[in-house]
Amino acid sequence: MSNVLHVGTRKGLVTFTRDAAGWAPSAPAFIGQPVSAVLSDPRDGAIYAALRLGHFGVKLHRSDDRGANWTEIAAPAFPAVPNPDDKAPAVDMIWTLVAGGADEPGVLWAGTTPGGLFKSADRGASWSLNESLWTVPERAGWMGGGYDLPGIHSVLVDPRDSRSLTIGVSTGGVWRSADGGAIWRLTGQGLRAEYMPPDMAFDLKAQDVHRLAACASAPDIVWCQHHNGMFRSTDAGETFSEIKNVQPSVFGFALGVHPHDPNTAWFVPAIKDELRIPVDCKLVVTQTTDAGRTFTAHADGLPGMSYDLIYRHCLDVNADGTRLAIGSTTGHLWVSDDAGRRWSQIHGHLSPIAALTFG
Amino acid sequence: MAQVVFTPNLQRHVSCPPAVADAQSVRAALDLVFAANPQLRSYVVDEQGRLRKHVNVYVNDRMVNDRVSLSDAVAPNDEIFVFQALSGG
Repeated sequence: MSNVLHVGTRKGLVTFTRDAAGWAPSAPAFIGQPVSAVLSDPRDGAIYAALRLGHFGVKLHRSDDRGANWTEIAAPAFPAVPNPDDKAPAVDMIWTLVAGGADEPGVLWAGTTPGGLFKSADRGASWSLNESLWTVPERAGWMGGGYDLPGIHSVLVDPRDSRSLTIGVSTGGVWRSADGGAIWRLTGQGLRAEYMPPDMAFDLKAQDVHRLAACASAPDIVWCQHHNGMFRSTDAGETFSEIKNVQPSVFGFALGVHPHDPNTAWFVPAIKDELRIPVDCKLVVTQTTDAGRTFTAHADGLPGMSYDLIYRHCLDVNADGTRLAIGSTTGHLWVSDDAGRRWSQIHGHLSPIAALTFG
Repeated sequence: MAQVVFTPNLQRHVSCPPAVADAQSVRAALDLVFAANPQLRSYVVDEQGRLRKHVNVYVNDRMVNDRVSLSDAVAPNDEIFVFQALSGG
């Protein structure tokens, strides 16, 4: 089990370490500064923290000593255009940071608002925009989803072939590349958008994918938490089947997949659109162990009345699928050591949590 | 030579001591400072060179008009102040 948990919050990065006495927080790094994404790179142990400074822009830092010291590195940035006007693109937020494949050390992917995908080949010393995705004609139809600007929040690197990439865009659908990002295809047939005019419900580019996650041992199994539903793919994100009638709700943001059992996944349901609260103000984690046919809602250890939302990067599953962590918009942090059945609060007074990861 | 002064709140993130610049515009003055202190650039302007949305720049007591090209004129002995806006916090 992983005994280290990095938690990116509105007011800094807090690392929790578990010992015989339980989980204990470190002194915060980047205190007072909004953390938007965290990556613990399994290939070399580096930790990356993306900041979204209110005044001074997007920054990226790396630690090579497990968080003891941090170095500011280059942040993804769009190429400068001649004579820019107000519409020239600029990175607004690093929404996700993902390690490349095991066979490509130093490669990182960054998904951002306003929808740029960036790659680094040198552990963040430099970044380049993936121009081929940025220039797809369908991008003109991408929309903001929650944020004003569209963004890339999920990047799946196939462990069998690091050139095989699947990304999720909110709002812009699922995109796949078989060649490391040179050519992209809009996929996701079967995803359904009930917030669109009826004839556009299955428009691939209109799909508000909230989160994609694949089973590490069976990467063709891709789960999707979508704005109006839950979906599962058995062909690596080409097509999806909708999972309906899940109580208490099929809406949510976060999603976790068991690393070795492609039939097991976890979701955190909520009420969508104007409310954005747990159903009946009661936080639960729903779990399926049969590929989505049935779900169990787990509430043991979670509060009986709360407004906690678990955002899309705020649920993580450890390497053997037994320990889970969730962090909420109201600064609560819970861990389960029995695959989500029972939860223990390990902190209740953090600032809003934007991302967390075992590492 | 114009004086360029940065808010102490920026010092928390990146070194930005007061500087002097022989320049006729805000853009030229800031570019001279950034040339000597490259890490500072992205804190004040975005990748398109535009003033960040929640950063304000004054020439003496005048807020700059041109936040995109930073073409506002600078005279010798002017003071350029780089502040954080009250928005964006």
